[in-house]
Formats: sequence, structure tokens, C-alpha cells
Amino acid sequence: MKNGNAAKIKPQKIKGQKFIKTQVTPVEPCDPNAMIEVQHLTKSYGDLKVLSDINEKIFQGEKIAIIGPSGGGKSTFLRCLNVLEDPTDGYVFFEGNNLCNLKVNINVQRRRMGMVFQQFNLFNNLTVLKNITLAPVRIGLQDLRAAQRKNFFIRFKNLFKSTNKKMPLLPVQKTAKEIKSEARENAITLLQRIGLADKCNVYPSTLSGGQRQRIAIVRALAMNPKVMLFDEPTSALDPEMVGEVLQLIKQLADDGMTMVIVTHEMGFAREVATRVLFMADGKIAEQGSPQQIFQNPQSDRLKDFLSKVL
Amino acid sequence: MSSFEIFWERFSTPGTLKSVLTGLQNTAAIAVFGLILGFLIGCIIATVKIIPSQNIFVTILKRLADAYIAVFRGTPMMVQLLLLHFAVFIGVNIPPVAEVSLIFGLNSGAYMAEIMRSGINSVDKGQMEAARSLGLSYFTAMIRVVLPQAVKNAVPTIGNEFISLLKETSIVSVIGLADITRAFKAIADSTFEYFIPYIALALIYFVLVMIISLIIKLIERRLKKSEKR
Repeated sequence: MKNGNAAKIKPQKIKGQKFIKTQVTPVEPCDPNAMIEVQHLTKSYGDLKVLSDINEKIFQGEKIAIIGPSGGGKSTFLRCLNVLEDPTDGYVFFEGNNLCNLKVNINVQRRRMGMVFQQFNLFNNLTVLKNITLAPVRIGLQDLRAAQRKNFFIRFKNLFKSTNKKMPLLPVQKTAKEIKSEARENAITLLQRIGLADKCNVYPSTLSGGQRQRIAIVRALAMNPKVMLFDEPTSALDPEMVGEVLQLIKQLADDGMTMVIVTHEMGFAREVATRVLFMADGKIAEQGSPQQIFQNPQSDRLKDFLSKVL
Repeated sequence: MSSFEIFWERFSTPGTLKSVLTGLQNTAAIAVFGLILGFLIGCIIATVKIIPSQNIFVTILKRLADAYIAVFRGTPMMVQLLLLHFAVFIGVNIPPVAEVSLIFGLNSGAYMAEIMRSGINSVDKGQMEAARSLGLSYFTAMIRVVLPQAVKNAVPTIGNEFISLLKETSIVSVIGLADITRAFKAIADSTFEYFIPYIALALIYFVLVMIISLIIKLIERRLKKSEKR
């Protein structure tokens, strides 16, 4: 999009929308049925184009496995889905909200998108339990304070209004204590589910890789996400620990969680995924059901890739 | 009378003893408050300096932070002290110890900002990403996750800064504040005996620095223990 006439297109000015300067493609209306929609997604680092013009829709309940050679843009694509990486051009919609719009509060949108990293990224300075409760508690308190602040102004304005015109107060259902104890109980239930309840007050550095990754998954689950993004969840693990993590992911899949998994575990992709995307050279080179991809590959690129990994 | 006896006679009078104790108190107060203020300023400036946003407001803040660091690192502490005390804070009615602490805090803040920045950079980028991916805001993630780890990494360097801050407080006598150096200088000047009082002064600073390095060691050990690494 950078060369030729396209560079002269100016970003559109739409009320309530603001984009970074490199985003020049016009926004198209998004599909209301899609959970995540990606439009013309392009990402380049300097001259290196990592993703070029990707269009894709992800629907509720789908389990998508992304496979492909390294350097093909798999991880970058996944990180663009919750805008951890700013796209150079193109847009990502999550439930109808354009995440690339700088006026959309990205933090609110990210609460509903869980992400699991290759390197676990547990918070080293917090215990396992605090790792899990940090986000629910902080965000709960933030919302509580915002509601209280707004209610204060509403009450103030109501002083000057007649009885029938008074504005209703925002509902404040939980106290700060309740938010904390609820997050704690929820975290312990989740930890019991993965059988690590006894590790509550331990720091992450004392845990094994498999345990850390399972806790990282649980940490994302504690926010009740609608979609889970897995960025090579088993690549940094010892071989004997891969199983326990994949089992947990499979359980989640069976519970009906929408998920996008970047993985090198072909067996797992074949078993769990409802759709497989093959990414190479910054494009989705081929996609289809697992059977179609693994048993009846069309493009030479995919055949070549599969012959190397299978 | 030996030179030590002359010193001791002078030193043990109640007036001198009292001035030495107030001097010690002032020195300690200036160093400690200067460190705390410098630490807070440092955290804020370092955070401002590494915000990734290209917002105009943020850019202006960044430039201001750069200017602050350039000015306070680029001029000698003594010049800052003289300038701020005799030209800027003139007519401002605050206790002199508080004023000097403020000046030392401002100076130390510039160094602390760079210390904290390197501390923050030493924390794995994934920590911030993980926190952001959960929906925490940049500042919550910074305060709850990144800064605690950054401080832990920076403790030895902060200790260094504290030690040099403590030793630098010896120049406050140029604006007439009664610190410990001034107390001993008074003893030396009144007895015309220079060796013993200044050796004693050096010893006192040395002991203070030893105490600080011990405290830093304890803190480090404590922080390590809490993570059982």
C-alpha cells in the first residue's frame, strides 16, 4: 500500500474514529456475525513485509490452528489480533469494535481476549494466586471507582433538577472487598481444576515449565475471555510437559471456547482444530478443515511444508 | 597536650557535642529525604521517558524529562545548590533542611531516572505484554508488574546513588547549613588542630557508608529470598 497512488490516499475522517498515519485503506463495514474480523491486515518492519493484506473472519466456537514455516508471520498475525503489535495498515474488528481505532478503549476490549505466550510471561514478582487475581481485582476496582465517581456527579446534578427529572444512579453491586474475595475464590477454583491449588502462595520461578504454562492459561481464563489466543504454547516446554498443557487446551476446546492457536504440534492441530490456516510469506496460503489440509494439500508450498514436518 | 587531647577537650564540651549531633541529624535527613524524593522523581521521569505513545502531549513531556535530566546532570551539585538557594528559593519560607533535601532530591532524581530506566529495560518485555493482554492499562501494568521488578534489579545501583548522595551532602556548608562537616570544621578552626578532627569526620562518613551498604545487602538478600531463586 505504500508505493504508487495508494500512498496519496489520506486517512478518512469519520466522527469518533482516529487511526495511525500509516493506515490508509478505507474501513469497510464489518460482518456482525463474525467474532474477529481482519481487513487488509498489513504489517511491515521497515522494508520487511511480515503480513500482506490478510482478510479473515473468525466465528464464535471455531478452533483455528495456524501452521506454517517460521518467519511466515504466524505469531505477528496472532499478536495483531489483540493489537499487541500495531498493524501498519488494515483493521481488526472484535465483536464489531475496530481495535485499530485509537478512540476505542483497547484495554476494555482486551479483557475479553485471553492470550497465552510461548514464554509463559507469568509475573515474577507475584505469587501464583496474585498472578491470577491481579487483573480481575485491578479492573474490578477501576470500574467500581469509575462508577462511584460518575454517581457523585450525577447526585450533584440531581440537586438542581426537579423530582421527576432526576437522573438514575449507576448500579454499584459489589464492594471492593467482595471483588477481591470473589476473584480469589474464582482463582482457587480454576487452580483446583488444573490440580495446582497447593501452589497458591508459591512464586512462579519455583514451578516447572508445564505448570507455569497451565497457570498462564488459567490466568487468561480468570477474565472470562470470549476468545483465547495461543502463541506457540508448547514450544518452550520440555517434551514430557507438552502433554499436560495440550490436554488443558483440549479441555477448553471441548467446553466450546473460541480459540486461535499458533502451533507446531500437527497432531494436536488435526485433532482439535475445526479449521486450519497455513501461513507462509505473510499470507494465508491455504486454509480448510484439518482433513483437507493434512490429507489433501493443494499448493506446493503446503505439500513441501508437510513433507518436512510430518 | 597531644593533638588528640586538644581535640577531645573541645569535642566533649556540651555545645560542640550538640552541634555534632544536629549536624549528623541534618546530614542523615538530607540524604534520606533526598533519596526518597529522587527515587519518586526518578520513577516518574523514567516512566515518562519510555512511554511508547507518539501523542503530542506525551512527546512534550518526554522533551521536558530530557531537559530536566540534561540540566541537573550537566551542572555541578554545588552550583545548583548555590543557584537554587540564593536565587530561586529566596524568600520562600521553608525550613533549610527541607529546602536542601528538595535540591538534593531534584539532583538525585536526574540520576535516579536513568537508573530506573535501565532497571525497567532490564525487565522482560513479555511481562508488560502479558499484563496488557489481560486488559490492564499501561500505568497499572507499570506500577503493579514492571516497576517492582525494575526496582529489584536496580537495588544495587540505587544503593550506589544513596552512598554518593550522602557524601555529597558535605557541600551544604557552603550555604551555611549546620551539617556534620561544618560541625567538625568549627572544631578544627577553633583549635588550629586539623588532622584529628578531619580524620574523625572521615571516619564518621565511612561508618555511615558502611551502614548503608549493609542495609542494601540485607534488602537484596530479602528480595532474593522472597522469590526463592
